[in-house]
Amino acid sequence: MTSSNVGIVIVSHSKDVARGAAEMVRQMVGPEVPLAHCGGDPGGRLGTSVESIMAAIAEAWSEKGVAVLVDLGGAETNSEMAIEMLPADRRDRVVICNAPIVEGAVMAATESSAGSSLAAVRSTAEELYAGAVVP
Amino acid sequence: MSEVPATRSVLMKHAAGLHARPSVKLTKLAKTFPCRIELAQSADGPWIDAKSIVKVMALKAPRDTVLFFRATGERASEAIGALGDLVARDFDEDHADAAAS
Repeated sequence: MTSSNVGIVIVSHSKDVARGAAEMVRQMVGPEVPLAHCGGDPGGRLGTSVESIMAAIAEAWSEKGVAVLVDLGGAETNSEMAIEMLPADRRDRVVICNAPIVEGAVMAATESSAGSSLAAVRSTAEELYAGAVVP
Repeated sequence: MSEVPATRSVLMKHAAGLHARPSVKLTKLAKTFPCRIELAQSADGPWIDAKSIVKVMALKAPRDTVLFFRATGERASEAIGALGDLVARDFDEDHADAAAS
């Protein structure tokens, strides 16, 4: 399925966390946002793998780009590595958001569902950490 | 150019208030309109951007809050009509659903 909305990828050390966060996005925001998740190492333990992150980016791919939400350390470095290994024409359209994984994914997806740009999706997710939530 | 904003206020009866799912619904609907739309818990403000999911959720408006909408620009009155109706319809959530959230 091709979508005109920015894709969302969720990368957690835990398969269950990744799946649960993705489920929240689907139920709260809806089906119009390309979404993929991955978690756990190939042996089924806690961890992340570059290969499965690349597969998730491909699954959630949109011409508008993909926003990646990560949890801890390795999830971020492996996501960076996965992005570096993408074809050159896609690399610049994938960003890692500096945002809490669950909340950030829901916020990013809500922004994406309106057809917003990758930059807008990222900045909405990152607004949470920026503390710019003064009503 | 000064334009008189379209305004509407609606009592929110949703059991859990403007929590996560209603916030997402409200923001998504607001984003379907081209006009500027703002939201407040008082007629005097402070007003927040109703298209910002982060700001709408941060409002944490509780049950029985009167939500004030104001919009300026293209399709402004249609926008506040649709948003007010969404609140009046209790965000289309049934109560079992709301209690679980």
